[in-house]
Amino acid sequence: MSDLRELYQDLIIDHSKRPRNFKVLETADRKLEGYNPLCGDKVTVFLELEDDRVKNVSFQGSGCAISTASASVMTETVKGKTLAEVEALFDVFHQMVTGKPPAAGNAPELGKLAFFPGCQSFPLASNVPPLPGIRCMQLYKEQGIRCRRSEPLNREIP
Amino acid sequence: MKSAMEMLAGDDRQVRYRAFDVCSIREDFPILARQVHGKPLVYLDNAATSQKPQVVIDTIQRYYTEENANIHRGAYYLSEQATQAYEDARVKVQHFLHARSEREIIFTRGVTEAINLVAHCYGRKTLNAGDEIIISAMEHHSNIVPWQIICEEKGAILRVVPIDDAGEFLLDEFEKLLNPRTKLVAVTHVSNALGTITPVRQIIDMAHHRHIPVLIDGAQAVPHFKVDVQELDCEFYGFSGHKLYGPTGIGILYGKAELLEAMPPYQGGGDMIRSVTFEKTLYAPIPSKFEAGTPHIEGGIGLGAAIDYLEGIGMEAINAYEQELLAYAMNAVGAIPGVRIFGTAREKAGVISFSLEGVHPHDIATILDQEGIAIRTGHHCAQPVMERFGVPAMARASLAFYNTKSEIDALVAGIHKVKEVFD
Repeated sequence: MSDLRELYQDLIIDHSKRPRNFKVLETADRKLEGYNPLCGDKVTVFLELEDDRVKNVSFQGSGCAISTASASVMTETVKGKTLAEVEALFDVFHQMVTGKPPAAGNAPELGKLAFFPGCQSFPLASNVPPLPGIRCMQLYKEQGIRCRRSEPLNREIP
Repeated sequence: MKSAMEMLAGDDRQVRYRAFDVCSIREDFPILARQVHGKPLVYLDNAATSQKPQVVIDTIQRYYTEENANIHRGAYYLSEQATQAYEDARVKVQHFLHARSEREIIFTRGVTEAINLVAHCYGRKTLNAGDEIIISAMEHHSNIVPWQIICEEKGAILRVVPIDDAGEFLLDEFEKLLNPRTKLVAVTHVSNALGTITPVRQIIDMAHHRHIPVLIDGAQAVPHFKVDVQELDCEFYGFSGHKLYGPTGIGILYGKAELLEAMPPYQGGGDMIRSVTFEKTLYAPIPSKFEAGTPHIEGGIGLGAAIDYLEGIGMEAINAYEQELLAYAMNAVGAIPGVRIFGTAREKAGVISFSLEGVHPHDIATILDQEGIAIRTGHHCAQPVMERFGVPAMARASLAFYNTKSEIDALVAGIHKVKEVFD
């Protein structure tokens, strides 16, 4: 059970059963969908930006406990941060979950996101490239890049 | 499909059934002795691929150690031996399916290639704009996508027979779809996601009544019960070797000789020709016409060894044992509070697809894996089935004749552990 507890910690169980910011964001001005055909995970991230800052964020979709919890924790983590801060976080998180050594220097604090490193030793979680949590972060990163363009690529809100 | 009890009713069969000894059978499969995460392996992903008996592993090793040479070519002893072994395997498949002639047995990479071959060679030749192909709502992607590709190319239309909540093929809906534009019916014999045994006998009769040829995807059928293509009278039948306790990369397309002879070749290359000049090339007779290039020789020979092994046990004994195990598993898993079983057709073969309330199937599989239990999770390459039941994924335990009731008990205990983690 201890190995399992490493993966299914209370934080992950809690966030998977009661995901935070799990809704359609009516005020969103961006949304991006992620779909992993290997596992059937679907996630849609809604984003409301104010200048270069994440004012509001939410997500919807279905996935395993780790996928859902990572998306939930991620929404909590990035809310209020600037796009540059989100990108820096993404890089550190990505390195962590893919088992790469952390880059030297002043990397940002991961906070609750630091609870996810154990996933790489579990085949179903790590063989799903990319881990839905990363995918979720990537959505932000892509969004970050896109947001610097004059025209956002996706303004459609359901 | 006869139940185990019905099988026991026949005296002669009773003897065979009693002789079925799962403990000694397990010893034939070396991988079953290994541990995973410190626990005995409980392999319940047989619908994805089956484990291999020692005799198959030994046959492949012996081929490379003692017989390896290219086939159909060399005028020397080794090549003759390899050719003989490969062609013997073809005859074993012929007898296994009870085909009229070994000329009707084409080696492919698997059932996927078998279906693609029919779509490519038969579909391309016979389909015109507005023609229709009928499949069912519980096909594996390999019996959907090849037809979509050829339909798009030819302007033909794909029609889908719906299934009910139990996962039964709806014959009356099928009847409604049959019409003068229908050019082919392609359905699975056993659903890989639901375990349903489809009423192929009636499907084929109904199609033949209108002179429509039928292809049966037998990938999930041949490992579980005896299939007789002459009795079925289907035009095409395909299966994969690796689900039949043989090697990966080898499969079979059975086709009626007169249809195969009328079809254009599949791929061009060596071995599929009678003579080649730059002006005109004459193709080889069947089955060589469809087997360009050096084939998967050890795969064919290994498949032959797997068939010998299975026939040594007897498909009837295998089916009787598996039916009893399936009934036990359906009851045991279905009795767990919060479990929903997908696929409750009257006639089923070795598949228990399920979900657990409040838990994603991936989490079920991850936690079971820690217990040494291997099951499949996901859409099982049958996304339309997931859509039909309104779920993104299912957990699936699938059985082989080397599985035991105590392994089912381990699965049930594992599912209870999943519930503990998420409580």
